[in-house]
Amino acid sequence: MVSILLDARAVAETVTDPELPMLTLADLGVLREVTESEGAVVVTITPTYTGCPAMDTMRDDLVRELHAAGYHDVDVRTVLHPAWSTDWITDAGRRKLAEAGIAPPGSAPKRAAGPIPLTLGPPVRRVRCPRCDSPDTDEISRFSATACKALRRCRACSEPFEHFKEF
Amino acid sequence: MSFDNAYEAITEENDARWAFGTGFEDPLSGVDTSVPRGVDGDDLAAYCLMLGDDALIMSHRLQEWCTNAPELEDEVALANIGLDLLGQARLLLTRAGKADGSDRDEDSHAFFRDEREFRNVRLVEVENSDFAYSIARLLISVTWRLSLLQRLTTSADPVLAAIAAKGVKEVTYHRDYAAQWAVRLGDGTEYSRQRMQAGLDAVWPLVGELFELHPVEARLVEAGVAVDPGGLREEFDAVLAQVLSAATLTLPEVAPRGGVAGKRGRDGVHTEAMGFILAELQSIPRAHPEATW
Repeated sequence: MVSILLDARAVAETVTDPELPMLTLADLGVLREVTESEGAVVVTITPTYTGCPAMDTMRDDLVRELHAAGYHDVDVRTVLHPAWSTDWITDAGRRKLAEAGIAPPGSAPKRAAGPIPLTLGPPVRRVRCPRCDSPDTDEISRFSATACKALRRCRACSEPFEHFKEF
Repeated sequence: MSFDNAYEAITEENDARWAFGTGFEDPLSGVDTSVPRGVDGDDLAAYCLMLGDDALIMSHRLQEWCTNAPELEDEVALANIGLDLLGQARLLLTRAGKADGSDRDEDSHAFFRDEREFRNVRLVEVENSDFAYSIARLLISVTWRLSLLQRLTTSADPVLAAIAAKGVKEVTYHRDYAAQWAVRLGDGTEYSRQRMQAGLDAVWPLVGELFELHPVEARLVEAGVAVDPGGLREEFDAVLAQVLSAATLTLPEVAPRGGVAGKRGRDGVHTEAMGFILAELQSIPRAHPEATW
């Protein structure tokens, strides 16, 4: 029954990331698949970073929201391959990040065959300030309050901000 | 979800956000964990423990910098690197329990094995001393791990291959972080260079062990599952040479640290430091094996 399938997917799509509550799991690109058969729902998600503690909460939130919508048989599965990439964050997700003061990621690095190059200097990537839109920003630290973000500072408006780093 | 106060938030029922003994679920939930045809499940489990224990124990050493790092940003960075490695450990320890058919879970592997059952290389277990030493150890550890994981992405075990593919993305960031600090300290003041060189010299005796082939690895290399660590040496040396050159540091010339009757970390023979780590890591779950909070 197509209408019920769409409903289950619509419910799953409303669940938000516990650490980035402006983003739904669909915005973030971690919601791979929602299938429904005779009332049983199977949701497939993919981890962002392997150690991200938000994954457990996402699973629980999916189950809770689907239960609340009347789906009592809910199975949340993990798929590791292909690995999640920030390229899967939707345009809506990027807009919401910027509105929340978090600079959205640029394109994820494309890996050629052979050894992975070492980056010893500051990253060449230009990141615009989500407050004043200036391109004149510096990276303070590649790691910030969560694994997925870097800490930056705008030299034009002097505001610090976070950048969802390319992954 | 919203709460009126912080206490309400932490006393919520069925809360899966808290660690040991609560609702942490199988991180491989829904993943096909059958063992590929022609692969020995016990060998695969042993190999997963090797790579998982490397990540778990390195993560523990990185976490010790929380509240102790020279700058707040580095405390956050080291904790994040530790968290990524802990995530890799969770998947690998879980994979081990699926591969050997025991269904032993990640907590049981981390908290209820004794020292001789841990398969990590000794490099990751030795105590932190100063920041430069820890950076030298991290640089060596993640440079080697990145080469290893990159080759493991074509493993005949699809679960290991998928774990490795995720790990490659994470460890690429870790290696840049450690390398940039090595350059900052090495090419910094005369004093910082001296400390960075001393750190590198102190950790170097444990480098040789990283490239030794264990019999379990040898069998799994045959089966297309594992990576021969000996084959990583060339890339490792090239990356280290690039970092050391930019950092004005010199490659240490020190003898490798021997094992005990030829046995080393991969055989479960560890340094004095290992017992202390396990005491800290395991004492609470062992004292209160049924506890939840």
